[in-house]
Amino acid sequence: MSSVAQKRGFGATLWDWLTTVDHKKIGILYLLGGGFFFIVGGIEAMIIRLQLLTPNNDLVSAGIFNQIITMHGTTMIFLAAMPILIGFMNAIMPLQIGARDVAFPFLNSLGFWMFFFGGVFLNISWFFGQVPDAGWTSYASLAMASEGHGVDFYAIGLQIAGGGTLLGGINFLVTIINMRAPGMTYMRMPLFTWTTFVASAMILFAFPPLTVGLFLLTFERMFGANFFDPTMGGNTIIWEHIFWIFGHPEVYILILPAFGIFSEIFTIFSRKRLFGYSAMVFATVLIGFLGFMVWAHHMFTVGLGPTANAIFSVATMAIAIPTGVKIFNWLLTIWGGSIKVTTPMLWALAFIPTFVMGGVTGVMLGTAPLDYQLHDTYFVVAHFHYVIVGGTVFGILAGTHLYWPKMFGTMLNETLGKVTFWFFFFGFHLTFLIQHWLGFWGMPRRVFTYMDGQGWNSANVISSVGALLMAIGITVMVYNIIVTSIKNVRVANDPWGDGRTLEWAIESPPLFYNFAQTPLVRGLDTVYIEKMEGNLSGITPAEPVQDIHMPNGSFIPFMLSLGLFIAGFGAMFRTEEPWGMAVLVIGLVWTFAAMAMRSLKDDLGYYVKKEDILKDMKRKGGQK
Amino acid sequence: MDLNKKFTPETWPDHPEKATLEAKNKFVGFWLFLGGETILFATLFATYLALKNKGPSGFKFSTQELFELPLVFVMTLLLLTSSLTSVYAMYHLKNYNFKKMQLWLVITAFLGLGFLALEVYEFVHYIKLGFTFDNSAFSSAFYTLVGTHGFHVAIGLVWLTLLIFRNSKRGLNLYNAPKYYTFSLYWHFIDVVWVFIFTVVYLMGVIG
Ligand code: HEM
Ligand SMILES: [Cu+2]
Repeated sequence: MSSVAQKRGFGATLWDWLTTVDHKKIGILYLLGGGFFFIVGGIEAMIIRLQLLTPNNDLVSAGIFNQIITMHGTTMIFLAAMPILIGFMNAIMPLQIGARDVAFPFLNSLGFWMFFFGGVFLNISWFFGQVPDAGWTSYASLAMASEGHGVDFYAIGLQIAGGGTLLGGINFLVTIINMRAPGMTYMRMPLFTWTTFVASAMILFAFPPLTVGLFLLTFERMFGANFFDPTMGGNTIIWEHIFWIFGHPEVYILILPAFGIFSEIFTIFSRKRLFGYSAMVFATVLIGFLGFMVWAHHMFTVGLGPTANAIFSVATMAIAIPTGVKIFNWLLTIWGGSIKVTTPMLWALAFIPTFVMGGVTGVMLGTAPLDYQLHDTYFVVAHFHYVIVGGTVFGILAGTHLYWPKMFGTMLNETLGKVTFWFFFFGFHLTFLIQHWLGFWGMPRRVFTYMDGQGWNSANVISSVGALLMAIGITVMVYNIIVTSIKNVRVANDPWGDGRTLEWAIESPPLFYNFAQTPLVRGLDTVYIEKMEGNLSGITPAEPVQDIHMPNGSFIPFMLSLGLFIAGFGAMFRTEEPWGMAVLVIGLVWTFAAMAMRSLKDDLGYYVKKEDILKDMKRKGGQK
Repeated sequence: MDLNKKFTPETWPDHPEKATLEAKNKFVGFWLFLGGETILFATLFATYLALKNKGPSGFKFSTQELFELPLVFVMTLLLLTSSLTSVYAMYHLKNYNFKKMQLWLVITAFLGLGFLALEVYEFVHYIKLGFTFDNSAFSSAFYTLVGTHGFHVAIGLVWLTLLIFRNSKRGLNLYNAPKYYTFSLYWHFIDVVWVFIFTVVYLMGVIG
């Protein structure tokens, strides 16, 4: 098989994408899927801000408002932010470590399709008019009181999507442990690879509690179990513990990969090596570790008692230390660098003060006595948007501009990129800065409206205007993407001109086997080292050109996820609709058939022939 | 990888479960997966401990009255023995003795099946007593914890059956050896979880 791009029909292309196990294509799929849900969640956000624009507004009813905020939070965290980050991990991390593939290409594809079908499952609830409405945290007492199947859509949809994330996490871990190129020791791995590693480890240990929690919730609502019902001996606080044991690590799963992207950006555009590399690595690992010790800071007001509150308060504040280490290292990376203010760099520069503000409000909230005042007010809303938008979303937008040429072979327009940045940056601070004060002034979060004369009116107007500016920024970016894709000006290996790591030494986009010859890594920023020593290709090969083993594509991941999707519907309607039980059985049989097919049929992959690789190398004039 | 490559006990690698890159990946990946499973069971244990003996007012079931150690003891013996037989199977896998490996795995499967049958019997017995899944917080937590373990045993049995039949004609090679090996890891894991269930749920339930 040759990698020469052939013109193919629509059907063949579609089939290729449905069955692909190529990590770069899966990365693109994640980006598209996550991007789609990001738009959906964004529209929900706009409706929220429209409803809160004026007091006593009745644009949407209280019930629908609850549905919208629930779906906004759930969509943004599980279906937009995390998948897009996983998309970058897929697209870039294997290139950074000089690998031809991930450890489990099949599971990787399965992970994507489970995320996709889980997300569709959640959002189809809109068409049934039974939408999750107990908040993205779905506290048990609210979830149990919720009528219809809304919360069931939440529990089953997240179960499917979460399973996919777990597979993705294991895949990345094993890829990094086993598939690094010769010379790529752990302490030579680029920071984005490191943060992928730690975030994946956190996924591995944080998602099982979510799995259990969602099962308990499903059993409680659909099969008569009594974990959370006090009249039956249950305890509604159990859900809160389980959810936050997952939930706090989850917020670090969201931020660490963004930290990684920013670290790459700072070194590339300051044209300096990262300041304090080993301290950065250590801080990343420490954050990952401490992230599991602080969940109860979400539960200070539950009444766990002063001892528990004090312990969790101190542990929470401790996280600020490694985070501070990172901030200083970034500043010192910029310090004295010859800085190029490109769009990705703009996002990175804006990220530092923004995220620091979110961290400071976090420490304020981590002070248990103060949290009694601030809990469940808009102050909390302001805090987590400063860290999640100012950290994760800025990181995603920066990464989109930075890695777009590597993923698609064409650059996004820089001017439009900067327009996007300024709209979004201003809009963001306009929306959320004022919400700190709204919180101080006592406005509770998750209320569908408020009365006139409480002094909250103008602050809410400001907030809504800011949201509009952000929407304009994103619209410009979508326009940018469309226009540049149509123009499709091809770029070379290193379009930014200052790439320091392996992904910038190969084609944009890379050939499907990534590296014609596995590279030999000679230090941190290996491509930079090679170029400084006069090797302009940036790579010293570690092996002669030889046949390359690659995995086969497979349609099973798609089918398997579809089976789970179908079974989810059956489970939900199994008692009230005549077809329910049948659909459940069909879905389960379908799923198990797909699994059996996978385990019974040998999948040995295939070889790319040496002659074809040599041909590719000649045509591209690539590495020798 | 060449499936038809024939080995002799002499040419068979010392660590067939880690002889290829795919096998190494599978090996590390499965250990990590078991790490995640550990957290999953830890969460279920915590839930169980929080809800143990809790029910609606006038609730009459408790661990002391419900559980009977002799039955659980037999179940424990069956499962522990099945772990041992799977070790024998892995011993023969390393020595490239396919027939004996399959034999020990069949024995493992039957022991596992015996365990599962007794567990079903136990559950049916409790349900007859009125201790149903929706009867109380305690019953929900009990069935979820022990049932999840039982479900893992059932999955393991299906997996093992598929392995035994799929490979019965073609013998050992470097493609299926890691599959057998990961199965044995899984089986040991289930066994360890059961030791905890036996201790925390049953022993501490009856004695504590
Ligand atoms: C120095 C770092 C941080 C500290 C000390 C901190 C502390 C806290 C505390 C104490 C709360 C609970 C407030 C309450 O409900 O009363 C909270 C809420 C929250 N934090 Fe942070 N945080 C930090 C960083 C982050 C990061 C990096 C993220 C995400 C990227 C994040 C996301 C959230 C979210 C989503 C909530 C609200 C959850 C909800 O109730 O819906 N935090 N934070
Ligand atoms: Cu937290």
